[in-house]
Amino acid sequence: MRLKTCLVVDDSRVIRKVARRILEEIGYEVAEAGDGVDALAWCRAAMPDAILLDWNMPAMNGIDFLRVLRQEPGGQAPVVVFCTVENDIDRIREALDAGASEYIMKPFDGDIIEAKFAQAGLA
Amino acid sequence: MSTPESHAHLEFLAGLCRARAGLKVDISRPHLIENRLSPVARREGYPDINELLAAVQARRDDKLIWRVVEAMAQGESTFFRDRAPFELFESEMLPNLARLRGDRPVRVWSAGCGTGQETYSLAMLIDETRGLMPGTQVELTGSDLSERCLEKAQSGLFTQFEVQRGLAARRLVRHFEKRDEMWALTPRLRQMVRWRRVNLIGDLTPLGRFDIIFCRNLIGGMDTPYGAKVLASLAMALADDGYLVLGATETAPIGGIVRPMAGRPGVYARDPAFRAAA
Repeated sequence: MRLKTCLVVDDSRVIRKVARRILEEIGYEVAEAGDGVDALAWCRAAMPDAILLDWNMPAMNGIDFLRVLRQEPGGQAPVVVFCTVENDIDRIREALDAGASEYIMKPFDGDIIEAKFAQAGLA
Repeated sequence: MSTPESHAHLEFLAGLCRARAGLKVDISRPHLIENRLSPVARREGYPDINELLAAVQARRDDKLIWRVVEAMAQGESTFFRDRAPFELFESEMLPNLARLRGDRPVRVWSAGCGTGQETYSLAMLIDETRGLMPGTQVELTGSDLSERCLEKAQSGLFTQFEVQRGLAARRLVRHFEKRDEMWALTPRLRQMVRWRRVNLIGDLTPLGRFDIIFCRNLIGGMDTPYGAKVLASLAMALADDGYLVLGATETAPIGGIVRPMAGRPGVYARDPAFRAAA
């Protein structure tokens, strides 16, 4: 059986590394991108099953990326989970309205990622 | 925690918890006890839990005794813990009873609610299904042994960490408001709950009868005779057609009092053969 893939989009290498370790532990094959532009290139090459998405990034931020992604061919498919320090209720609403399934407020740990992925309907 | 003196303190603690709340305290795991009681010792101004327990034993101060027992009784509290019982509550228990009760309120009790996450999870489901069951009234009671927990529950304030455990983001934005760095349940949700301090080993008849009782992962932590007594009291408080929800993996002395409902782990109905033997 093919491993599920998750694209981790965050401008912090440290965060990407931590998230990668957690996601690999729960059975994902992980790819990394440093901003929205980079992430979009990844998605055009191979659409992932899930995307863990930071908000504030250079080049293209998370919410702009998500809006563009949803217009792409096949771009409706990935389950998107935000993972950001943004913790305003309006920001969370905005993310859900743009098509995110779940929202993690940093700091996070393995339990939170696992629980939120389960909530988003991901194994 | 391994001197004869400290061992005597633990024996004393176990006896106290059994007598006051029916709790089973495993004194062969002193580090667990220390985890529970260190914050109490700190708050009450004792250098460690040995000093705290020595003071409890010497002073016999009821307030201090309860702070210790309540800390030992406190369980884990997260939103929508184990999910399955909440799905059954929403899809089956509440709609069935709403239909059966008609104009009369459906009475729901979250017993041993800790800091309120279970109770508020039920409140959210009641609120979300209101449109599907027009005219249905629901009375929701949350109870715990611990005043401290009840105060926190009643405040409806939770940390960012707490609202990320078990709670979907959609529910967070629907039922909470941000208050500085804390998350506050909306007044509408908070007004749905009646909070009461209840010691389950006491007389429960003043609470009346309930249609749905959640009492999860609590009886299993009690000394056997007390656990059986509490289960019988809950069964007596349960409507003939009501649902009792225990922890999914809980082993409780259920025979003759309640019977498991097929295909619904942790959900029990009153045993028709059960009559108040009091």
